Amino acid sequence: MTTTTTPARADRPASAPVRPRGGAKKTTAGRRRSWMPFWLLLPAAAILIPLFGYPLYQLGLLSFLDFGQPQASAGEVAEFVGFDNYSTLLGDDQFWDVLVQTVIFAAACVVATLVVGAALAVLLTRIGKWPRLLLLFAALGAWAAPAMTGSTVWMFLFDTNLGLVNEVLGMQGHNWFYEKWSAFALVGVVVVWHSFPFVMISLYAGIESIPVSVLEAARLDGASTWTTFRHVMLPILRPILTIVVIQSIIWDFKVFTQIYVMTGGGGIAGQNLVLNVYAYQKAFASSDYSLGAAIGVLMTLILLVVTIFYIRALRRSGEEL
Amino acid sequence: MNSTSAVRPVGPRRVRGDRKVSRRIANITAIVIALVTVFPLYWMVLSALKPDGEINSVDPRPWTWHPTLDNFRDAFGVSGFGGYFLNSLIVATVVVVLSGLVSFLAAVALTRFHFKFRTTILVMFLVAQMVPVEALTIPLFFLVRDIGTVAPGFGLSTLGSLMLVNLAFSLPFAIWMLRGFVKAIPESLEEAARIDGANRFTILWRILFPLVAPGLAATSVFSFITAWNDFVFAKTFILDTDHQTLPAALMVFFKPDENDWGGIMAASTLMTIPVLIFFVLVQRHLVSGLGGAVKD
Repeated sequence: MTTTTTPARADRPASAPVRPRGGAKKTTAGRRRSWMPFWLLLPAAAILIPLFGYPLYQLGLLSFLDFGQPQASAGEVAEFVGFDNYSTLLGDDQFWDVLVQTVIFAAACVVATLVVGAALAVLLTRIGKWPRLLLLFAALGAWAAPAMTGSTVWMFLFDTNLGLVNEVLGMQGHNWFYEKWSAFALVGVVVVWHSFPFVMISLYAGIESIPVSVLEAARLDGASTWTTFRHVMLPILRPILTIVVIQSIIWDFKVFTQIYVMTGGGGIAGQNLVLNVYAYQKAFASSDYSLGAAIGVLMTLILLVVTIFYIRALRRSGEEL
Repeated sequence: MNSTSAVRPVGPRRVRGDRKVSRRIANITAIVIALVTVFPLYWMVLSALKPDGEINSVDPRPWTWHPTLDNFRDAFGVSGFGGYFLNSLIVATVVVVLSGLVSFLAAVALTRFHFKFRTTILVMFLVAQMVPVEALTIPLFFLVRDIGTVAPGFGLSTLGSLMLVNLAFSLPFAIWMLRGFVKAIPESLEEAARIDGANRFTILWRILFPLVAPGLAATSVFSFITAWNDFVFAKTFILDTDHQTLPAALMVFFKPDENDWGGIMAASTLMTIPVLIFFVLVQRHLVSGLGGAVKD
């Protein structure tokens, strides 16, 4: 990770402290330097190293091997093929199609989730107690619904012959999953339905935590609603916004269950594949485990870049790591 | 960050004539959006209670005059959903309890002690949250298969394998979130106990643990969801029907040409209820927990 080289920004809340990095806290160091933290971390390490770290290493290793059905079931020795899997992948038109549609799908979901979540967070601050409780509990319901059941219910609502939506719209017999982008849009709606509550509730809590006196002061100074929002609320909300944006990117880039269930494993002729499902299908449907692993590695690298931005943003907002 | 029940209007307080109208519009908008948001859940429960004739009607109605538990009876009787439900519950319970204990210890280590590599470990927990779990299923499948030859209780087609992997994948977030709760407890309490002669074990379990308990409850929701909602591990590792869990078993109802929607909706309802109960129980701590997880 980089050190804190981010230049101080004028609009940053003044409270963000510049912490000296590394080294123990001097005052309590003597008493605290013990083996205690290592014992406390031991159970977590005992689970995470073999079940998270090791598979991650294996994923990387697999992507450099020729590992297919004979190696998986007959125990044949896998051959080291260097970057062959990657060059196969990068030379495959389908991979690029899937990559592009994954990015478009994830970006659309992120934008929609944020717009809906932010708009409703603001709405929550302007309504009476009962409508607010109603909206909060409705959101809690959508948030709690498992991805699996959310998918099945929306599939039923949009079912070709028995669905309520087709009946209301008078479009009975219309298959929403037949056309590529209409299927993507429908899955997107379900993803947004599942994830806007997190954005809404986080932002609402953020807005609520702004002291009334601060807004009062801005108003007394004659600031307009827009100015108050732009120069008072936004800087205070920026850390929460950053977190919400990056969490959404990470989630929506990895959508699996909704796509897998709603489009039956990637849609007609694989038209609705996203990277995650593509990797899974390559491995477990086509038995091309090393190619699936290579897709997984590329995905991890893309998300790693996003996460680095996330960590930098956390640092900038004064989070103590 | 207050719980949802704390009502405090932000923004100009004076409500004048046109303000009143706009507030009424805002109220109505909120109510409409709330109804649209819960509608799919309502439709799920309603469809589960509808008799077959009404479900398979091309003229669906948003109500029913003949509610029946037939779909649930079929789900439990014919399709053996009781077993899947129990499997899911066992896996989720074990994951919640172990993940709570392990993440509590780790969170204490990461907040109350300063040691070398602490920042590195924290960053690793953050990075772990972004790893695409579905891609990791590929090496994990072979790992679980190999574990099975040594420890049959954790191999393919066992609940043990699901407990292990779901525990591993719920930990990074649980530790990260719990860290915020531990941080929020003043260290002076532990200092006082130490001066009174309490040893580390007592401080950990008698002082810190009860204070972190509400946070632990909020954290456990996410561990519960990880295990309860898990579809890809169950689908990949469980090769027989006896040990299947709910999400993957739900696929049984999907048939190539005609889906049994009544059964699917009944099973979906059964699957959603435990999560809903869990969410409502700890909703008070959810927001503050997420706040603590992502920022101080």
